[in-house]
Amino acid sequence: MSVLEKQVPGVVMTPDNIRSRKLPVVTNVVIAVAAFAIAAAIVLGLDIGNWVLVAVFGAAFYLIGLSVVAGRIEGKRAARNRTMKALIYTACVLAVLPLISVIWTLVTKGLARFDADFFGSSMNNIGARDANGGAYHAIIGTLEQVGLATLMAVPVGVLGAIYLVEYGRGKFAGTVRFFVDVMTGVPSIVAGLFVYTFWVLGVSPIFNDGRPQASGFAAAMALAVLMLPTVVRSTEEMLRLVPGPLREGSYALGVPQWKTILRVVLPTALPGIVTGIMLAVARAAGETAPVLLAAGGLAAINFNPFEGGQSSLALFVYQQAGDGSKFAPDRAWTAALTLVALVLILTVAAKLLARRNKLSR
Amino acid sequence: MGDYPSRSVNATAGDLAATSSRGQGAGYGASPSNHNEPPLGGGGALPKKSRFSIETGFRALSTASGAMVLVIIVAIAVFLIYKALPALQANTGHFLTQFEWNPNDATPSFGIAAIAFGTVLSSIIALLVAVPVALSIALFLSHYAPKRLATPLGFVIDLLAAVPSVVFGLWGRDVLQSPVRDFSLWLNEYFGWIPLFGGNGPFGQSILLGGLVLAIMVLPIITSLSREVFQQTPGMNEEAALALGATRWEMIRTAVLPYGKPGVIAAVMLGLGRALGETIALAMTLSIKFDISFNLIENGGNSVAANIANAFGEANETGRGALIASGLVLFTITLVVNMTARAIIYRRREFRDNAA
Repeated sequence: MSVLEKQVPGVVMTPDNIRSRKLPVVTNVVIAVAAFAIAAAIVLGLDIGNWVLVAVFGAAFYLIGLSVVAGRIEGKRAARNRTMKALIYTACVLAVLPLISVIWTLVTKGLARFDADFFGSSMNNIGARDANGGAYHAIIGTLEQVGLATLMAVPVGVLGAIYLVEYGRGKFAGTVRFFVDVMTGVPSIVAGLFVYTFWVLGVSPIFNDGRPQASGFAAAMALAVLMLPTVVRSTEEMLRLVPGPLREGSYALGVPQWKTILRVVLPTALPGIVTGIMLAVARAAGETAPVLLAAGGLAAINFNPFEGGQSSLALFVYQQAGDGSKFAPDRAWTAALTLVALVLILTVAAKLLARRNKLSR
Repeated sequence: MGDYPSRSVNATAGDLAATSSRGQGAGYGASPSNHNEPPLGGGGALPKKSRFSIETGFRALSTASGAMVLVIIVAIAVFLIYKALPALQANTGHFLTQFEWNPNDATPSFGIAAIAFGTVLSSIIALLVAVPVALSIALFLSHYAPKRLATPLGFVIDLLAAVPSVVFGLWGRDVLQSPVRDFSLWLNEYFGWIPLFGGNGPFGQSILLGGLVLAIMVLPIITSLSREVFQQTPGMNEEAALALGATRWEMIRTAVLPYGKPGVIAAVMLGLGRALGETIALAMTLSIKFDISFNLIENGGNSVAANIANAFGEANETGRGALIASGLVLFTITLVVNMTARAIIYRRREFRDNAA
């Protein structure tokens, strides 16, 4: 304190001059207005662009002006701080714009065909001049394929996670864990190609008089390949959160390890596991490429996933987007809206479930 | 349940393996020595560990499920190679260097050079656009935004990751294409002297459009991973920087960014893996061309995955074999990228756990 109390002769320390000087808000606003005015004058005066360029130039001028003026008033370091903050805020606004645009287009364009006919009919016998036609067959396909994929991926995924957490020790477990992570990055089209070579060309001819057959089940297999690593990872994370004393209490009562896992560990982690599964299902429901390769797509309603081609909502969007009919875009957008609604409901429900989870970090 | 009679019952009920390390660890804390009684039961009363019990069965089942992941990865490689080989043997051109893609002809001739180039170029554009924005958002969420804003915004970014790629493709084709065309015309008029923006059109369905759509798709991945890394910065480091008089940006530059660097690199590589493998969004936004051109704004562009989706329907057997071969190349590239990214994350995790 003694250093601070010693006054330098000639300078009187008041609350105003011992704080560093701040850029007044008014100056900030003036810089912004001036920047955009200059940008508008340059762009529109020289006629080199429209309002978008004005916005870009204006933002650039504002950043430059801000850093210069703040540099004069507050000093170099504070000016840099201010500029970086403005840059980061700008980037956030920039990223939110496409999101708003996607949602806005989905809702406005998607509601054009959001009617009973769309959800009650298929594309069978719908020509280029027909305005009706719907996605009933695609919704059936999506539900069946995703359901089958869940049935395949969840038991294997949960058991795999149990291995990693409860049993796995040493190098092999480390390898498995590493490749589970790597497998999350396998492109969906590669999973589709794999099932095409393995199931459609390799195994399905046995059941179909020697001819290869695309089916909803094949698509479900490809989706299961994509879901598996997600399920393993999320389940593993949840199992690790189960407190050790819970297991030890069970062992102390003489319960064998498998029963402890099934009766104590899994029920405790269940909400978290369900959340992970729902997120994986949401991801699988939106995949297009595997269904395109493995199920082929069919315009008619096919309830049987094991025989004959099937479509799915995502594939329906892709096919309608590539269709030349003037009614196709409306159908594509409505199907896209349905798909996004389905996926988002699943995702939001999963996140809300995760919030109620007592084990969460 | 902790009474003595039940203990003797339980001692004979289960086959809690005294040999398993976990069993020993669990029993360690509850030693019966504090009860002044002779120990109940004894080694002879415990059932012997049978060779084939539910325990071994369950253990084998879960181990098999864990191994399933390795089996699938190996199976993907084996089946793709098996089906690609006949087509590669029938190929009259050079698979790695040729630009043409005519595998359906009587004398099939195809090469992966042009489409691999398109894949890499579109991914580079996507990363160049997405990485600065994603890192800014991550910093905003972790160090700038008030908590009341950061939580819902982070939630929205996560939702963005859940939107299917086909929806982004549709949006890119129907909505983003016309602004990108206008922008391309503007670039061509004023910067046409740079080869990247030259050409005589038509513009719009270009690699720039595909790259921008990809950028929006990889943005949430990079954002959420780097946000997590930034949030893990030790509070001590941040407070030390601030206490030394650093401004907020200087604190971020000296404490947060160096700490998060490996994590950010891994996040970018995971985003790269996603961008390389993206299929449908590119199949809908690019106009397919088989040549190597650095022109970003003219119609054109192609990628390995988009080519598979586009050409698969009309391909004959050799054609499908050729597409499978290109899929194998894509699989290898993404595998390498992902393994590198994960290796970085793992090394970092070890480092952090040791430090803690």
